[in-house]
Amino acid sequence: MTIATRPTPGPAREYHFPAFTRSVLANGITVIVARVTKLPLVSVATVIDATALDDFREKEGLAELTAQSLREGTEERNGVRLALDLEKLGTSLEAGADWDGTVLSMTVLRANLDQAFEIFAETLMSPAFRHEDIERLKAERLAERMQLLDEPRGLADESFSRFLYARGARYAVPMSGSSKSVRGISRDDVQQMYQRSYLPSSTTVIFAGDIKSDEAVKLVELRLGAWKGEHSRLAIEPDRAAHTTRSLEIVAKRDAAQSELRIGHIGVPRTHPDYFNIVVMNAVLGGLFSSRINLNLREAHGYTYGASSYFDWRRHSGPFVISTAVQSEVTADAISETLKEIDSMRASEISHDELTLATSYLEGVFPIRYETTAAIASALASMVTFDLPENYFDTYRSNISAVTAHDVLEAARRHVRPEELQIVVVGNPDVIREPIEALNFGGLSVREASEE
Amino acid sequence: MQIPIETFCLDNGLLVTLSQDNTAPIVAVNLWYHVGSANEKAGRTGFAHLFEHMLFQGSEHVEANEHFELVQRAGGTLNGSTWLERTNYFETVPSNQLELALWLEADRMGALLPAMTQKKLDTQRDVVKNERRWSVDNQPYGTWWEKLPALAFPESHPFHHSLIGSMEDLSKASLEDVEQFFRTFYTPDNAVLSIAGDFDAAAARRLVENHFGGIPRGKGKPALVGLEVAERFGETLRAVVEDDVSLPRMYLAFRSPVFGSEDYYVASITGAILGMRQGSRLYRSLVREKQIAADASAFTFDLAKGSDLLILDVTGRPETSAEQLESEVEREVDELVEKGVTGEEVQRAIALIQTDIITALQSASERADRISMFATLLGDPALINTQADKYGAVTRESVNAFARDRLGADNRAKLIYVPRIREEGEAEAEIVEAMAS
Repeated sequence: MTIATRPTPGPAREYHFPAFTRSVLANGITVIVARVTKLPLVSVATVIDATALDDFREKEGLAELTAQSLREGTEERNGVRLALDLEKLGTSLEAGADWDGTVLSMTVLRANLDQAFEIFAETLMSPAFRHEDIERLKAERLAERMQLLDEPRGLADESFSRFLYARGARYAVPMSGSSKSVRGISRDDVQQMYQRSYLPSSTTVIFAGDIKSDEAVKLVELRLGAWKGEHSRLAIEPDRAAHTTRSLEIVAKRDAAQSELRIGHIGVPRTHPDYFNIVVMNAVLGGLFSSRINLNLREAHGYTYGASSYFDWRRHSGPFVISTAVQSEVTADAISETLKEIDSMRASEISHDELTLATSYLEGVFPIRYETTAAIASALASMVTFDLPENYFDTYRSNISAVTAHDVLEAARRHVRPEELQIVVVGNPDVIREPIEALNFGGLSVREASEE
Repeated sequence: MQIPIETFCLDNGLLVTLSQDNTAPIVAVNLWYHVGSANEKAGRTGFAHLFEHMLFQGSEHVEANEHFELVQRAGGTLNGSTWLERTNYFETVPSNQLELALWLEADRMGALLPAMTQKKLDTQRDVVKNERRWSVDNQPYGTWWEKLPALAFPESHPFHHSLIGSMEDLSKASLEDVEQFFRTFYTPDNAVLSIAGDFDAAAARRLVENHFGGIPRGKGKPALVGLEVAERFGETLRAVVEDDVSLPRMYLAFRSPVFGSEDYYVASITGAILGMRQGSRLYRSLVREKQIAADASAFTFDLAKGSDLLILDVTGRPETSAEQLESEVEREVDELVEKGVTGEEVQRAIALIQTDIITALQSASERADRISMFATLLGDPALINTQADKYGAVTRESVNAFARDRLGADNRAKLIYVPRIREEGEAEAEIVEAMAS
C-alpha cells in the first residue's frame, strides 16, 4: 500500500554561498578566503594565469608539463620526499593546467595546514625542474597518447576538436599536447614557462574551510610574501574555425563495438552576455537526463546508454558538443534524430514545463554543488579565471530564474546553427558509412585513427 | 569526529537511520537493497542491474521517467547503482523536498509492478546492452570487470559471473523475471533507508512511517549458497588476455578478509602502502625509479561475505613487456612479504585514509550512502563513526603478519592484458615512432 497523493513542498530554507574576503599582498598575490567551519578541513586552490594558450609554438603541452613538474620536487626536497612529506600529513598536491589557467590544490586537516602549506608554497617558489623528472613525465605523457588510440571516447573528443578548429589554432591541438610537441619540450622550456607565467601578480591563493581570513592572509604572507616577478602575455587567436559549412568525418576503428558520435560547432566564450540563456537552453536540449536528446535517443529508441550536450566554457570560444555512443547499426538514425531535435529547438518556444524543469533544477542543485570545501575553492577559482563579478554566486539563481522561453528560443537560434554543424564519428566504416552517406549531411571524409 | 546517528526499525522490517546536519538546506535519501548480481539465477546474468534500470520506469503513481523528472525539477540529483551484494538508489534534494524523495522511493518499493510493460523492458534491455558495449566491450581493459571475478571465484560461486551480464542472458530476461525478482528482493525487510542532512527528526520519522509503513514485509529470500571459499587460492592463478590495448596491464588479486572484519582494515592499509598515491611502494619503485609502469593503484572490492579481494592494478609503459611488468610487481609484493613495512609507511597510509574519510563525510549523499552500507552489510549504521579509529589502530606488526599470511604465491590471481599484435597496415606510424623514442 503506497500513497497516491503527490507531496507538495513547504517553503525552501534560504541558502547563501559562503561569504569570502579578497585581499592583495604587497608583492601582488591575491588571497581569497571563504570560511566554512562544518568540519576541521581546509581546501587550498592556487590559480596561476599560466594556460595552454601560453604554450610556445610547437611545444603544445608545456603549460601542463610545467604544472605537473611542480609535484616533482623543490631545491630542498626531491619528488619522493615531497610526496612523502605531504602524504604523512594526510594530503597530496593536485597540479594541472588547462586552457584558462594552472591550478595547484590540496585538502588537508586544519591541524596540518601550516606544515602542509609550507611545502605547498615551496613547490610554487622553488621548483627544481630536474631533467630526469621532466623526461619521465614526458615519457608518461607519450604513453598516455598511445592509450588514446585504444579509447574511443577520448579519441572522439580529440578528433572533434581537431576537426572543428583550423590548423594552427591552438584549440585544434590537444590541451596537453601531441606526441610530437611533447617530445620537443626541454627542461629549458619548462624553466622559461615558469619564469614568464608563474608570478605573484598573476596568482590567486584561495582557502575554503575552517580558517579565518586574517590567519590565511598571514600564512600566505609568511610563505609566499618574498616571491617576485612580472607578467607578460602574447596575443593569440586560439579558436579559428576549420570549416564554414557542414562536414562529417568518420574516424575508422574497425574493431569498434559502438560508434562514438560528436555533433556540434564552435561555441562562445564563457563571458558571453547570453551565458544564462545558453545554460538553460542547453539543459533542455541535452543537459539533463530528461532533456530532449536523451529522452529521444535513450528512452524512446534505446540507441544508447546516454546522450548529452554541453558548451565547453573557456575564455575564448570552446566547442558546443552533443556527445553519445550508439550501437553501430543505428549510427545514421541517431544522427538524424539529433538533427531533428536541434531543428525543433530552434523552431518554436519550449513549453512552460520544460522551462521550469531546467530553471528549477539549476536553482535547486546550486547548494548541492557546494557541499565540500574543495568544491567551494574550485568555484572561487573559476570566478578568478573568468573574472566573474564578486556577486556572481549570490545572483546566480535569480539570473537563472529570469530566463524566459523566449530567451531560450533566441539562444537556440543564435548559438545552435544547423548549417555550421560538424560531425565526427569514431566507428567501423564498413557498417556505418553507407547509411551515413544516405543522410546527405555534407562533405564526408574518412580517415584512419591516428594520433596526430 | 562523530556524526549523529538515530536508528529505528518499522514493523515491516525496514531499518531506518537519520543523521541530522542543518548546516545547508539539503537532504540526502539513500536506499540499499540487499540484492546484487550474486543473487541472480543461472542463465540470467546481468539481471540485477537491468532491474535497477526498470526502477526508473515508473510505478503505480509515477509515470515512466517521471522519477528523474520530478527529482530534477525539485532541484535534486539522483541515481542508482548495482554491485555484487547490493543495489542502491539515492537522491539529494533541497530539504523542503524530502517528502517527494521518500514518496518516490516508497511508491516503487510498494507498487512497482503495475507500471511494468514489455515495451519498457525491451527498451531498457537495449539501453543496458549499449551500456555493456560502452563500458566493457568498447573500452580498453573493459573486460577486466568480468574476467577478474571469474578468475578469483570458482564457477559455482555467486561472485563468479558477470555483473553487467552477457548479451545472450540479457535477451532472455522476461517480465516474469521482473515480477519474481521484485517480490523476492525488493521488500522493506531486505532494505535499509538512510536520510542525512537538513530535517527535523520527529517530522522525518513521521514521513517515513507514513510512506513506508504500509508496505508489507516480504516472504524472505533464498539464502545465497556456496559463498564460503578458502582464505587463499592455494596456488597462483594466471590468465592472459590479448586485447586492443597499447600498454600491458596486470591486475593482481589476493583473497582477503571480508569487509568490516578486523583484518579488513589491515588489508586496506597494506593496499595503501603498496598502491595509494605517489608515496606508495609501487609508484615509487615502478613508476618513478625503474620507470617501467605508467600508473599503479590498489583497492578492495569491499565484499562482506565469503571473501573480499585486495587488488593491485599496474599499467606498464610502452616499452615494458607484460612478463617484465608481472615479475617486477611480484618482486615488490615478495619484498613486502619478506622484509615487512616500516612504521612510517603505516602512518602515511593511515593519515591519507583518515583525511579521505573526513573529506568524504562533508557530503550528505556520501554520509547517507556509507550509513546504508554499514547497515546493510554489517547490520550496524553507527559503524560509520568507528572507521577512522579502526584504520588508526592498524600496526606495523599486523600489516607484516597479514602480508605473510595473504600475499604469498599461494594466494595470487593474475589477470594480464597484453597488446594484440596489430596486423600490417593497421599499425600506425606514430606508434612505432613513439616506441622507438
